[in-house]
Amino acid sequence: MAAEAGKMEFGAKAHTALNDPKLRANFRRAMDGLMTKRAIQFADEAEWTSLRARGAAARANALAKLAELLEQLEANCLRNGIQVHWAETTQEANSIVLGILEAAGARTVIKGKSMVTEEMHLNAHLEKHGITPVESDLGEYIIQLAGEAPSHIVMPCIHKNKAEIAELFHDKIEGQAYTENVDELTAAARAALRGAFAGADAGISGVNFAVAETGTLVLIENEGNGRLSTTLPPLHIAVTGIEKVLEKLDDVPPLLSLLPRSATGQPITTYVNMISSPRKDGEKDGPKAVHLVLLDNGRSRVHGDTELRDTLRCIRCAACMNHCPVYTRVGGHTYTFTYPGPIGKLLTPQIEGLDCAGDQPHASTLCRACADVCPVQIPIPDLLVRLRTESVRPTSGQAVKGAGSSATAAETLGWKGWTLLYASPLVYRIGTRMLGWFGNLMPSSAPMLKQWTSVRTKPKFAAKSLHELAREKGYCDE
Amino acid sequence: MNWPARRDTAMNNPRERILSRLKAAPKAAAPLRPDWTPPTYDAAGRKAKFKAMLEASHADVHEVSPHDWPQRLKTILANKGVGNVVYAPATPAGRQLAESWAGSGPELVAYDRAVEEFKDVLVSKADAGLTTTKGGIAQTGSLVLWPTPDEPRLMSLLPPIHVALVEEASLTDSLAETIRAQGWAGAMPTNAVLVSGPSKTADIEQTLAYGVHGPKELIVLLIGSDSP
Repeated sequence: MAAEAGKMEFGAKAHTALNDPKLRANFRRAMDGLMTKRAIQFADEAEWTSLRARGAAARANALAKLAELLEQLEANCLRNGIQVHWAETTQEANSIVLGILEAAGARTVIKGKSMVTEEMHLNAHLEKHGITPVESDLGEYIIQLAGEAPSHIVMPCIHKNKAEIAELFHDKIEGQAYTENVDELTAAARAALRGAFAGADAGISGVNFAVAETGTLVLIENEGNGRLSTTLPPLHIAVTGIEKVLEKLDDVPPLLSLLPRSATGQPITTYVNMISSPRKDGEKDGPKAVHLVLLDNGRSRVHGDTELRDTLRCIRCAACMNHCPVYTRVGGHTYTFTYPGPIGKLLTPQIEGLDCAGDQPHASTLCRACADVCPVQIPIPDLLVRLRTESVRPTSGQAVKGAGSSATAAETLGWKGWTLLYASPLVYRIGTRMLGWFGNLMPSSAPMLKQWTSVRTKPKFAAKSLHELAREKGYCDE
Repeated sequence: MNWPARRDTAMNNPRERILSRLKAAPKAAAPLRPDWTPPTYDAAGRKAKFKAMLEASHADVHEVSPHDWPQRLKTILANKGVGNVVYAPATPAGRQLAESWAGSGPELVAYDRAVEEFKDVLVSKADAGLTTTKGGIAQTGSLVLWPTPDEPRLMSLLPPIHVALVEEASLTDSLAETIRAQGWAGAMPTNAVLVSGPSKTADIEQTLAYGVHGPKELIVLLIGSDSP
């Protein structure tokens, strides 16, 4: 999706989504289930508190030393035989991946689930150059068949019910009868993808944690498709955002205890796949070449602001969206860009620019449910408020792309007036007196008041201010 | 393969530009990692937790002795109608299996060549695969797979049934303990995997289904120290 396509569309899309009962039912059922399962995992409050403090510190530590850890990761990967590439933009990352595939003569690629390759729109890029990418995670396979984007970062096809999936499989998989039996649907995907795994020239995956100390890529999953994608084809390309690095192997256990429990309420994923090198001499399987592509795409700019840097702690568990009263009702596609929900409306405007996605930080009630469940303690609501401020800041800041893009002369003047009003008792007194006299004469359709009253009752101004009433009662404010 | 020179000295390559931006960023003190203690168990509790967690993840756990496990395995697989088992002939466990496998029962298939010549067997013909483990983790009911040249990676992944041998003496309480006790940080292999059940998915309406791409069944043979 081009950035322009999603420019400030949240409000219109939300309206459509809210009026789609099937979509709302699909999300409601899924989110209720995920919230319940997570709550069972973290029933022990003391354990949760100490575990997430440890997890948050491990991530904050990595971000505090990001440059040196990336250099260490690179050195250890190279020593282990993993080739390392750096990309500033998604276009560069796509070119690097395509270049590796073309150099190896690869025509078909099997993909493990990876949000960063969604961020790059890698599949479209490969298809354009004659390479066939096949998604192998069941949810990703379903949405690839449907020609859609993920609506959730952990459960990509959560917006579809089994009747829709049954119809899709019947339609797209040759010889597949219509069935709503989930075991049969799963078996159909297994059968359809076995050949794709065996015939793939390369596997592409994401990375959950990249351990600098050992040069190890940690990937977690339940299906086995991630292990297959990174083991069976002769070539493996792992793509990751630069923020996914961890300093030590000892940082993995606490985060591994937080991530699956927060995401799906599992104590651990079925597979934790730790890759430290390509196939060595004498080994019988595994890819002969492993490449790691490190993607920046605005992350180093986000890192440049010590407050907004906390955004990059994210381990992509999706607990924030599962618990968000907005996401739960409008679903993932409403957010247009790759990452939906609270982390999406925090990350996307920083990556794409406030001029492009500046409406997203406003799609929040600031209820703090996301902050309460975040396993790495990202203060999402506080940072959303910061982005709201940045978007109307009259002078453009350095760290946030598109800062000041929503600032208008009238609003800037309005805030200046407001500041003056509150800084000067005399002006304040005159102002409230005027509102008491004339405020109720303002029509609801007056400029600026109109937006407020479109969803709220117009406030009724009292004839006398609280100060005046108090003074009349004999209270003294000096 | 011919890559653009990554070590350009000037600021004209992505690596240098990314790193220089990160290095120019305002410094924040690296926080101390607060204390965190994963759970610990006594010997009986460790084994009980390990079994309970694995069984909750839909795995079958059988307690066996160091001498009788091949016979027990033969019976378990025969009862399931399994036709063949892929095994690692050069490992001690593989040798023990081959020596005691005489007579009827599922066919033993040796994974003794590169995957390029063995792919067809693994992808579509193998019924089961037998591997050893480097340990077992009680907290999460996880097996530590540590593939070697003799015991390759795919035998635990492609056949529909994965049989894993776990020495009871190798059980640990948590992953954190395992990483330290076994000195992983200094010796990561090409690939290490934690396995905590058969392959599964809940991508369709959060309904659990097993065996989506990896094994449909996980059979754990927990080898005690004494003959029962």
